[in-house]
Parts: sequence; structure tokens; C-alpha cells
Amino acid sequence: MTDMTLTKSKRQTEQLEQTNTAVLGFWLYLMTDCVLFASLFATFVVLRHNTFGGPSGAQLFSLPYVLLETLVLLSSSFTNGLALLSAQRKQVRPTLIWLGVTFMLGATFLGLELSEFHKFVAMGDSWRRSGFLSAYYTLVGTHGAHISVGLIWMVVMALYIYKHGLGRLSLKRLRMLSLFWHFLDVVWIFIFTIVYLFGALHA
Amino acid sequence: MNHSFIYFGGLLGKLSLKQLPHDPLTIIGAVMLIMVPITAAIVLTLTKRWKWLYREWLTTQDHKKIGMMYIIVAILMGLRGLADVVMIRTQQAVASGHAHGILSASHFQQIVSAHGTIMIFFVAMGLMFGLINLIVPLQIGSRDVAFPFLNATGFWLFFAGMALVNVSLLIGDFSATGWLAYPPLSELKYSPTVGVDYWIWSLEIAGIGSLLAGINFIVTILKNRVRGMKLMLMPLFSWSVLGSMFLVAFAFPILTVTLTLLALDRSFGMHFFTAGGGGNMMMYVNLIWAWGHPEVYILVLPAFGVYSEIVATFSRKRLFGYSSMVYAIWAIVILSFIVWLHHFFTMGAAPDVNAFFGIMTMIIAVPTGVKLFNWLFTMYRGKLNLKTPMLWFIAFVVVFTIGGMAGVLMAVPPLDFQFHNSLFLVAHFHMMIVSGVLFGYFAAITYWFPKFFNFKLNERFGRYAFWSWLIGFLLAFVPLYILGFMGATRRLDHYSASLGWQPLFIVAGIGVVFIIAGVLFQFAQLAVSIWQRNTNRSGSDPWGGRTLEWSLPSPPPIYNFARLPLVSTRDAFYAAKRAKVVSTQPYEAIEIPRNTPLGLIIASGAFLFGFAFVWHIWWLVIVGLVISIVAIIYRSLDPHPTITISASEVERIERSYKTEVAA
Repeated sequence: MTDMTLTKSKRQTEQLEQTNTAVLGFWLYLMTDCVLFASLFATFVVLRHNTFGGPSGAQLFSLPYVLLETLVLLSSSFTNGLALLSAQRKQVRPTLIWLGVTFMLGATFLGLELSEFHKFVAMGDSWRRSGFLSAYYTLVGTHGAHISVGLIWMVVMALYIYKHGLGRLSLKRLRMLSLFWHFLDVVWIFIFTIVYLFGALHA
Repeated sequence: MNHSFIYFGGLLGKLSLKQLPHDPLTIIGAVMLIMVPITAAIVLTLTKRWKWLYREWLTTQDHKKIGMMYIIVAILMGLRGLADVVMIRTQQAVASGHAHGILSASHFQQIVSAHGTIMIFFVAMGLMFGLINLIVPLQIGSRDVAFPFLNATGFWLFFAGMALVNVSLLIGDFSATGWLAYPPLSELKYSPTVGVDYWIWSLEIAGIGSLLAGINFIVTILKNRVRGMKLMLMPLFSWSVLGSMFLVAFAFPILTVTLTLLALDRSFGMHFFTAGGGGNMMMYVNLIWAWGHPEVYILVLPAFGVYSEIVATFSRKRLFGYSSMVYAIWAIVILSFIVWLHHFFTMGAAPDVNAFFGIMTMIIAVPTGVKLFNWLFTMYRGKLNLKTPMLWFIAFVVVFTIGGMAGVLMAVPPLDFQFHNSLFLVAHFHMMIVSGVLFGYFAAITYWFPKFFNFKLNERFGRYAFWSWLIGFLLAFVPLYILGFMGATRRLDHYSASLGWQPLFIVAGIGVVFIIAGVLFQFAQLAVSIWQRNTNRSGSDPWGGRTLEWSLPSPPPIYNFARLPLVSTRDAFYAAKRAKVVSTQPYEAIEIPRNTPLGLIIASGAFLFGFAFVWHIWWLVIVGLVISIVAIIYRSLDPHPTITISASEVERIERSYKTEVAA
């Protein structure tokens, strides 16, 4: 019977190893995502002035609106950090609440972004209008798609924590989710700078 | 009536009965293609093996079985790629002057595109990932890869991409825009059929599979090495795989983006690469080669690793210049990211840009040269054992050097303006990829085959195959250098008789006959070897191996290592044999991943997604996406994805090998 079970300390070391392995794998995934966004940024920079008679960034973007989006997303990163802190203290309820707040902020951000897209499209400035707008919608939209994945992940994460509590696996996954969420924050900072700020500057 | 027709059309997107094949050649191809799964299904039903297929293969998480499936798919796709070659070469041998050959121009372009796409993505990549799966965990003393489920999913995505390419033969058509589908030709305006969409989505799906596999193997090599195996003690095949997988991780996202942008142009009217609307088509060419050049090294590095193992083993010497080999790999990894522009010197970039990329391209020959000389120095004063793997290696040295020198020639921008898009280039890259990749993987299969089947491949038929291949290959490609000098461009479906090119094209066609003979010999070799397997048992270490995989019984048990080996030097198994170390540690319980069909389901969702996107069947796009997402979520909720093999069971399995050897 003893050979059926691994000894406890050995099992713990193995679990620690597995967590490290998974986190390294996730970091690598984030690096590949970084390359993905880098390619999209490069594309955007190349096509930035190809407005083809359509509007330029300066004509389209409203900086206060984008600042609002940015603040919402940055706050969501902060509440996400609070969720992780609660999880490390093994407090299930606060973890779930902070995850919920993060979800709401993330969803608000996504809503703001979509309504901005909707506004532009309604004005006749869709992705079909010019190379610049194609690149704009694709870059910002890819970030939005990532945010959506993060939101789905948050729901699944919350259900998992609700059902299984804050075990080793929950914590590991919550850590990866935070990495993912902070990463999207960083990408957004670049979008804010390169797409919106520079876009508004170069009239 | 009319109304319902429109509704039906909406439900099936652009799909209709008109899309079924109607010209005779395509119908023959389509029938042959359908016969493969039908025959397989009949055999499985007659032998009552559906359950076996499901349990042992479709749901497996075992890296060894996944490796074999990669190789089986690659071989089948290789036959399709070869059939394309036969048609290309026949067309070019006869279509001179008034004769217009067997194929229409558009059909010819489709076949050329399919040949390139299939050979790179589904043959070379398939063989590579197959070998990596089979060998790397065994070489680094690991019981499994880091992420078995990710690995299985990666394979099934590769499979889904392959399936999509083949479906294009049955429904619709395939891209006729070359293997890299340059816009504006590949834009909707100039390629209005679904061919390019098939190309995009099959590569997109297979490419994501490759990316997952890449991440998995980087982490496997960094984290799963057995205790004591420091990085600089690791066998060179594993080193080369690490380099190659880093390239996968940093290059494949660029491919994903590039293909997506082209798809957005074609399906949603965007203007990334269009001729009008503010698009920039040269951006596509830059992006695709920023992936495409590293891709070449992704394929060739593991083959270099194979040669390193084979040369050392068959020269019965340790590898010459181990550290310089490792540094050469990493020099190649870095340099391969800063040479992409040499694929289009004719773009018209400023002279200093062309000069930079030209010089970088020449510099990459330096680490490659280091590797070649190290192999030759390993052979020097070794006790050479010239078995077929070694023959492939020697042919590689000769062919690769010739092809490499042609490459350095083309790295000179003014000269490249002459060679660009000519058959000279075609001859160059086939010499690099066939000798550097295919010969390497043939050698690898011969070398490692006994490890997984416990019998060697027949040596005599192996030699027949080798000589047919080498002669055929030289006959097929040396004329292309000459034709390139004479001005023949690539993808040429017809030429004027007055040019006098036909004799050379006929010689190239004869070369293909030899290559087919080589392939037939390879299948004969396999058949004869299976036939005589009982007289040809190899045991665990048939070649006097030096690395850990040879310490395992053949075929290795599911958990690979019952006792984890002790490693303190390079060539760990060689050292252990000399020291006559026999471990007497007690066996321990081993955890292995539980079988699951979810990887297959995720990939099925991806396949539906891709197929529906090709035909603009939007509801099916969503269904495919939902299937994949639900399967991923379902998997993430499984808290116990492993099972444990008890120590007594491990002991029983290990003992069964010993009695087998005794008997």
C-alpha cells in the first residue's frame, strides 16, 4: 500500500517544481504575445499616415475619453492585485469580491472601447476606410480581444475558487491571471502612447 | 423559391455544389485522397480496432506516441508533396513551344503553391516535431514533457491544419499565389476564390500548434533535465532543439499576425496590404520573411543536432568542439533574425540597408562553417562505421556546402538582382532544405528507429534508397542552377522552344524518377525490415550510443525512466557503460498524465472555425470557437489530470523487459 502514495515531502517538492514549470511556461507565452503585439505596433506605425483621404488620429481621438478608459483599466489592475493579496491570505470571500470588481472594471473598459468603435463606424470611419484605420482597429481590437479572454478567465477562475477554495492550483492560476492582466495593462500603456497621444499630436 | 435559395446560401456562406472538383486530374487526386481515410476506416472496422485507436492514439498524452503520429502524418503529406513534384516536373519537361503540357496555368500555380506549403509546414515541420517529441525527453532523462496536454493539443492543431489543406482539394481550390502568398496577388481582387483563405487558415491553425509545441519544449528542456545534467552537459540534439524552439516562440507570433492581417483584408475589406486604400504590400513581404527566415533555421537546427549525434556515434569518438557547437547554434539563432531582407533585395531599399543585410547573411555562414568543420574533425581519426545514417550525413556535407556557397553568392545584393525569383534560387534553397533538413531527418529515422521498435531498418535497402535519392536529387537540381543562369524564372508553366531549355528540364524530370525510386526503396526497406524483424532484433543499444536514450529498453516504457539516471558528464550513457554502473535503487511510484480527448476536441473546433471562415459560414465560425473555448475551460476544471503507476507495477514492467531479453 505504501508504494501507491508518494511520500509527503517529496510530493511537496514535486508540486513546487510543477508550479515553477507552469509559471515559466506562462511567462514564455506572454513573451510570444509580446512579439504578437510588437508586430501589430510595427504595422500600425507603418500605416499611421496612410489615411487615404479619411480622418487622421488627431481628427478622431478624444484624449479625455481615452484617459477615462486608461484609468478604468489601471484601476482594474490594482483591484486584481488586491484579489491576489486576499487569495494569498486564503480569504475566499474578499478574493471573490475583488475579482468581481476587477471583472466589472474590465467589462467597463471593454464597453468604453466598443462604444468608441461604434461611434467611429457610425460616422463612416470603419476599418474599410483606410490603411490607418485598418491598423487602428486591429491593434486596439486585438487588445480588446485579450481583455475579453481575461474576462472569461476571471469568471471561470471565480467559479473554480468558489467550488474548490484557495488551494495550490487556484493560487497558481490566479497568479497567472494577474500576470496576464498586468501584461494587458502594459500593452495598453503603449497603445495609449503610440496610438492616441502621438496620434493626437501629429495633426 | 428564390427566397429560400438565398436563405440556404446564407446558411452555407459561399459554399455550393459548384465547388466540388470537375476537372479530371483534380477528381483523380480527390478520389485518391478520400480513399486514405476510407481504407483506414474499413481496416479499423474489420480488425475491430476503433477502441484501440481511441485509447492508444487519439487520446494519448505520451510524447512518444505523439511523435510517431507527427511522423506518420508527415510521411503521408510527403507523398502528396511528391505527387505535386511529379506534375510540376512533367509539365516543365513537356510544356515548351507549341506543347502546353498537362496542366492549365492556374492549376500549375496551385500545385506549386501546394507543394511548397505542404513540404515546409506539414512534412519538414511534422518530421521535426515528431523527432523532438520522440527523442528530447529521453535524451535529457525526463519522464515526460513539461506540458503533455499542451503538447497533444499542439499536435492535433497541426493535424487540423493538415486536414484543411486536404479538404481544399475536395471542396473549392487551393492558393495559386506561391507558398508565401504575396499581396496584392493574394488579395481578394486578384485571387477571388477561396484558395488563399484555405492557405491562410491551415497555416494559422498549424502555426498555433507549432507555437504551443515550441513553448512546451523550451520549458521541457530548461526544467525537466535530470538532476546533474547541467546545460553544458546536454546532448547536442537537445541543444539544437532549444535553439530552434526559441526561434519558434519568437517567430511564429509574427506569422500569426501576418496571416490574420491578410485574412482581415480578404474577409473584412481592410487595407493592410491592398494596392489601394492606403495599404502597404511591402510590409507583408517584410513581415512574412521576419518569420520566414527564422523558419528556415527552425527546420535546419534540429537536423544539425541529429548530425552531431550521428557523427559522434558512428565515428566512435566524442564530438569535436562541443562548446563551439553550442555557441554556433546561438549565433545562428540571433543572426537568423537579422537577415530577412535578403529575400527581397529587389524591393529597392537604400543601398546601405541592402549592404547590411547582405553582410549579415554572409556572416551566418561562419557559425554554419564552424559546425561543418567540427563534424569533419569528429570524423578525423575516428573509427568510422559507414552505416546509412552516416551516408546521409556525408551527402549532406557535400550538397549543403555547394548550396551554401550559392547562398553566399546570392547574399551579394547586385548579384541577387540577377538571381532573384530565378530557378537558381529554387536550386539553392532545395539544396539547403533537402540536404539540411530531409537528409538529416532520414538519417535520424534510421538511427533512432530501433529505439522505438526494437529492430533495425534493413541496411541494404537503405543504401539503395540513399543512392537513388542522392543521384535523383543532383539530377533534379543541378540543371536548375544552369537554367537559372540562363534566365528561367520560378513557377514557370510554359516557355518558348527557342530558348533551348527543354533538355535541362527533361534531365530534371529524370531526376524525379530516381527520387521516386528512392522513396519506393524506403517503403521496401520498411516492409522488409518488419518482415525480418525477429531475425533483426536490435536490443537497447544497437549502435554503441553515447546519450541517455540508449540506456532505456526498446521500446521505452510509458514513463521512460524507471530509475532516474545519474549524470555528471557529457555523453552520460557512454560514461555509465565504461564505469559499469548498475543502479540498485528501489523502484518508485510514477505519475503520468491521464488520457484525454480534449486536445482532439479543441483542434476539431479550430478546424471547424477555419473551414467556416474560408467559406464565410459565420454561425459555424462561432460554433467552432465555442467548442474550442468550452473544451479549454472543461480541461481547466479537471483537478486530477494524472494517474499514478505504483512501484510494484513499475517493477513488473521493468522485469518483463529482462525476461524478454533472456528469452
